[in-house]
Amino acid sequence: MSALEEKSKAVSDGGGFALLFFVVGLVASLIVGWVVFPKILYSQKRQPFDFNHKLHNELVDEGCESCHFFREDGSYAGVPKLAQCVDCHESVQGDTEDEAIFVNDYVTPGIEVPWLVYSKQPDCVFFSHAAHVKSAEMDCKTCHGDIGNSSTLKVYEENRITGYSRDIWGKNIAGFKKNTWDRMKMDDCSECHVKLGVHQNSVQTGKGACFVCHQ
Amino acid sequence: MWPWTPVPKNGEANVVNSVSTLCGGCCGISVRKIDNRAVKIEGMPGYPGSDGKACPLCLSGLQKLYGPTAVSSPLKRVGERGQGKWKKISWDAAIAEIAEKLGRMREDGRPQGLACIMDRECGTVPALFQRFLQVYGSPNFMKTASVDDAYELTLKLMHGVAARPGFDLESADYVLSLGSGILDGWGSTVRMFRARARWQENNAKVVQVEPRLSNSAAKADQWIPIEAGTEGVLALGIAHVIIKEGLYNKAFVDEFGVGFEDWVGKDGKKHDGFKTIVLKHYSPSTVAGITRVDPDIITETAKAFAAASYPLALCGRGEGRTPGALHDFMAVHALNALVGNVNEKGGVWAVPLPDYVQWPEAKLDMAAERGLATDRVDGAGTERYPLAKSLLTRLPEIINAAEESPVEALFVSGANPCYTLPDTAVAKAAFSKIPFIVSFASHMDETAMMADLVLPDHGHLERYEDIPAPSGMNTPVIGLCRPVVAPQRNTRHVGDAVLMIAKAMGGLVAEAFSWESYQDCLEKTLGDNWEPLLDAGFIHNPKFTPDAWAKAFQTPSGKFAFMSDACSYEAEGAPIAEIEGKADAYPLTLIPYDSLRLAGGPVTTTPFVIKTVEDNVLKGKDIFVEVNRKTGGKCGLAEGVYAHLSTPKGTVKVRVHMSDGIVPGVVAMPRGLGHAEIESYVGGKGINVNELIGPVEDPVSGMDAAWGIRANLTIA
Repeated sequence: MSALEEKSKAVSDGGGFALLFFVVGLVASLIVGWVVFPKILYSQKRQPFDFNHKLHNELVDEGCESCHFFREDGSYAGVPKLAQCVDCHESVQGDTEDEAIFVNDYVTPGIEVPWLVYSKQPDCVFFSHAAHVKSAEMDCKTCHGDIGNSSTLKVYEENRITGYSRDIWGKNIAGFKKNTWDRMKMDDCSECHVKLGVHQNSVQTGKGACFVCHQ
Repeated sequence: MWPWTPVPKNGEANVVNSVSTLCGGCCGISVRKIDNRAVKIEGMPGYPGSDGKACPLCLSGLQKLYGPTAVSSPLKRVGERGQGKWKKISWDAAIAEIAEKLGRMREDGRPQGLACIMDRECGTVPALFQRFLQVYGSPNFMKTASVDDAYELTLKLMHGVAARPGFDLESADYVLSLGSGILDGWGSTVRMFRARARWQENNAKVVQVEPRLSNSAAKADQWIPIEAGTEGVLALGIAHVIIKEGLYNKAFVDEFGVGFEDWVGKDGKKHDGFKTIVLKHYSPSTVAGITRVDPDIITETAKAFAAASYPLALCGRGEGRTPGALHDFMAVHALNALVGNVNEKGGVWAVPLPDYVQWPEAKLDMAAERGLATDRVDGAGTERYPLAKSLLTRLPEIINAAEESPVEALFVSGANPCYTLPDTAVAKAAFSKIPFIVSFASHMDETAMMADLVLPDHGHLERYEDIPAPSGMNTPVIGLCRPVVAPQRNTRHVGDAVLMIAKAMGGLVAEAFSWESYQDCLEKTLGDNWEPLLDAGFIHNPKFTPDAWAKAFQTPSGKFAFMSDACSYEAEGAPIAEIEGKADAYPLTLIPYDSLRLAGGPVTTTPFVIKTVEDNVLKGKDIFVEVNRKTGGKCGLAEGVYAHLSTPKGTVKVRVHMSDGIVPGVVAMPRGLGHAEIESYVGGKGINVNELIGPVEDPVSGMDAAWGIRANLTIA
């Protein structure tokens, strides 16, 4: 065997190991990146107490807008304030632990419930619910999912670095999505805006592109 | 989300209309709130005078609401006076202590030892203090004096009525401002700016007379630089030309004026009339010698003034914080009367004093009656000063001269005399002699620092209060200051604090205060007006017109008095108010000047507003004084150098700003700086000009007539 052939064989034998190392390394990286990293990146927070959207939705006449309404000036009220709840919840209704927490810890002393908002966008984002719900007649579900039919509140996952909710990036760490409500990133907004040919200039400033949302 | 980018919480937007009490003009404000947080102050549309706009101080009022100087609970002094060492005490303990002290003074037969200092005398809060003093037995209610007091006295002597001056500024077509900072905070600031806009639209001419090229002078059609302190003389010089040329309003002067021509008194003695005195002593050439205004300019100004359809002469220097000499006011008012614009369109109106505070007469016991029968401690209303209602500037000297302070207990509310009184060091020395001082300040200030107890009032955005018409308003107005947000700290309304003290005192003192709370008192006082006031935020009578000449004057003769027995200077004409200091030791003259960017009154400038002060007024902690290039050059000074400014009251280190916009020989220093270092935003910056200027007593009224002081400036 010539010296050249010997060297070639040595390389070939070493290639098997290298491939193995590569595969093992890749798998390990993927596990770290897709499983371990999200666990480290996001902290798990519980809401102050659980809330049953489905139950309440059955009791009201105007669906989501019964509680998540628009104010007279057109601005969106967001998460309901205590004042909207106290009419019914002045005293404990039913026998769930969550109801008791609500009434005893918040209603009676008059403290607003510090709800964690899953869909809270970064401060640099200007978003108008009125433009989407009133003008474009979109339903809540398109962005928020079918929350109205959920009977429990999921765990709030907060990005330890940015402080944003995980719902903004999306549950899938790779960024894949099946439904429109799986993610709330800038790309998701622009995808819809481009697809529907939404006016690309800000109504207020007349400036295009970035300034529509980043005012 | 990003911790270094503060983003306010979202919530429901709503607006509360109120009146801001920070500035003297009392701007009507609309406060925008998000849920229960006040986030923005703007002007209240429709508010009389300010109508949708507000001054910089009122606009930045949120910094008072949420700022660090607001007092958070009743405080009791534990260290030395002025040291700033306090302990928090409960309201009940504080009230009990005051009631116990006052009770003992009263039992000992010295109720007149209680005094009260405020910045206003109209409205329900001053009325509560006045009533408390009355039933307690003290005549010593004192008010920080301003041009309004001098004008009130002028109207008393010349019209014979108890009224405040109103100026129909918007209708005037020739405005002669004799030293008034018409765009520097005089009167109701925002109204003055709106009036100026109107003057421009109507081609009205504005002439500003003062030694310094102020903002008012810079925006006028003509600036007449004048020797400091001689504005009143110029007014008489102008009157001279008008009389000599026969340009005065004969219909008014002949039929409704008295004292214009010479007259023979009851004693058979001949008296010189206004005409004779003015013609004898105030010819343009004589006046030019005193005022350094060219005689031709005096003549031209007089002719233009008399020729205008609605000429209006204004006085009261700068912002109007010091009253000035009475004869200056009478001279200027006589000038207005010469052209017949008294109680007329575009002129000076005598507006009745607000009289809506009508409470049943309080029952007085013997102790109260004995106390009330004593002379006022400041001498006002005594034989020597029969005209003055209050002479606060005399108080410090009186206390310092006495072995034991005649004021044994002092209430201070809405005023900051340890900062605003002339010759601050003397004032502070007097305050340190007063055995018991209670401050009702909502924010820690120089006077509260001297107090034994601080009972914090609600801030101006946390309380109800009726606000009578601001200075110079020619129509009756009552504005409503109302809570924009719930009180943020353990404070109580000053009115409630007075009620609590009265109730703790018991007896007839408690009986005089039948109201449950201050709000109850306010509602009952206003009666049927309360609901309209609550709905609109103000009550205004825009159709008010002053009395016609035939019934406007209630002097003994029933006519407008050009001359008053109270102050006649027949022989040599009226003297110019002398200022302190000898010319050889102090070759220059120091005058204070006002600016909208600095609050010179009891309220401290806000951090936002002090940021707007120019670099040649305040740089870092250094204050600049303005001098003419020629004066500065003579003294060997250059732009920006440090110099020692000395007056008979003391020496301070300043920096020099050379300017062409000031008459030679005069040094101008901004008012409103040099606050105590209570916080770092405004405190400790610059010098308080009041430290350098002492009071000069007006010989007739007794009020402070100082317009400056002799000074010297040497390179440091």
